[in-house]
Amino acid sequence: MHLTDEEQGMLAGEAGPVRQWAIAHQTRVGRYLGAADFVPVSQAHIMADTESLGAAGVAWLENLASHPPEHCRVRIPTITDPRGTDFAAAARLRHQQWMLDLESRTIAAFETMGVLMTNTCINYQTIMPAVRNEHMAYGDTGVAIYCNSVLGARSNFEGGPSALAAGLTGRTPRYGYHLDAQRRATLKLRVTHTPRDLADWGALGALIGRHAGDYWQVPAVLGIDRVPGSDQLKHFGAAMASFGSTALFHLDGITPEAARLADVADPGLPVRATIGEAELRAFQHHYTAHVDRIDVVVFSAPQLSLLELRDLAAMLDGRRVVVPMLAVTSPQVKPDADRMGLTARIEASGALLLSGMCFYQSYAREMAAANGWQALATNSAKLTNILGGYGYRPAMLSMAQCVDAACRGRIGR
Amino acid sequence: MKAFFATAAMGKRASGRALVANDGFSARYDLDRINGLFSRPEHKLAGRSYVDRVLVLDAAKGGVATAWMLHEMAARRVVPLALVLNTVNPIMVQGAALADFTMMSGFDVDITAAVPDGALVEVDAESDPPCLRILDPA
Repeated sequence: MHLTDEEQGMLAGEAGPVRQWAIAHQTRVGRYLGAADFVPVSQAHIMADTESLGAAGVAWLENLASHPPEHCRVRIPTITDPRGTDFAAAARLRHQQWMLDLESRTIAAFETMGVLMTNTCINYQTIMPAVRNEHMAYGDTGVAIYCNSVLGARSNFEGGPSALAAGLTGRTPRYGYHLDAQRRATLKLRVTHTPRDLADWGALGALIGRHAGDYWQVPAVLGIDRVPGSDQLKHFGAAMASFGSTALFHLDGITPEAARLADVADPGLPVRATIGEAELRAFQHHYTAHVDRIDVVVFSAPQLSLLELRDLAAMLDGRRVVVPMLAVTSPQVKPDADRMGLTARIEASGALLLSGMCFYQSYAREMAAANGWQALATNSAKLTNILGGYGYRPAMLSMAQCVDAACRGRIGR
Repeated sequence: MKAFFATAAMGKRASGRALVANDGFSARYDLDRINGLFSRPEHKLAGRSYVDRVLVLDAAKGGVATAWMLHEMAARRVVPLALVLNTVNPIMVQGAALADFTMMSGFDVDITAAVPDGALVEVDAESDPPCLRILDPA
């Protein structure tokens, strides 16, 4: 792996021990994954909820932040994924004091390092969308796949340590989706039913992710008969990344690199499978068939946009939930929802609008135990994929069906 | 003694009993990290302990949390000895690099079919090329 004079200097410790760790970490990763050199990146995005970090990870961050500012402050705009709680609602979620303490320590460490605590996984909708061919170090799979696919930017999945390292060095190893060759389609799939509902978009993304199978596969999707909106592609991409570890997709005639399919797919690439409405319904049935009574309804993963909150408020007007309903949005959207009265309308039903966290990144196992939650309804395919391992029985429904379930305490059939 | 060569590895040499399945791996999605068990009901290793075992699985799955979680698991010593995969994603590599964890990937066979569950194996991440050896097929 070729290192410039500046990079060799960082590796030798000339820019201090924090940047020395950062470039050594990146070099180790880059060598494993065949990077020829580094590429400058213009933003980094760090996933660092404290359930993932644990006490050891928090202490590790605090050690980095204890160095002089000239050594430990990030060099490029560096932002954060959702936190592990919403401090304003922690008691209602039954988050414990030790969780809040870890969160507070993590926030303090990041702020010392110059990280902007945006606490969002929808930064492409709210902070600053990437530009085509812009190299990034994005640390949330939903962010990376959306920005690679919909915006034409270039990022690998950068886990918390690597995203932080990119913030510190201003670069990342040039492998994977930074390279033209890796961005070509490796499988083609035909869709015969273009979804409308967000849950259906999530189901379609999940099925395509399963077909793709691993990080290095790039699906090209044929047959989408209308241009999807940002929220639809948000659920589609997040689910695909979750089920397939997929980081890039192309939609024939829609996404920027696939204006012509021939630009991203070899002519001889066969269609591996066809996905229609029956497959979407079967997917949802798998996650719903064995659930009747509902303990909690969650809208999260990804955080909701202002338009999703508008829809949710309209569905809840004049109704009352009988089981807890949690809706999660970003700290950038929440003030608008407050100002426009959406928060008040949603919470008038008994639901709770949370900000700056994401359900599965917020001690989901401990919340289940503390609140007696097992059967969970959601319109997020990504959430259904994650929560089984946390002891939940997730049911996947549309937003409207989730609202009905929250108001009845069970799934309507 | 059977040996299988890999395209990439990191960490130290490790030996132990293999826990094998043709299934994916994500620390967040698949594990009860408190009790050291595979917890996702659909996972082929559901209910089995991964502690001090050499995990031999197919592909890295899921999100980015594993990049932190290997470090957290290692700190509490509720952790596998090593991770052997047919296919990695960057998150596994980043997590192994942070935790100084032994990992190996990229074989010319399906490594989950080549290694019997329960076999005593050596993951030699320091050799060139990296090599997994079956010391005792059990």
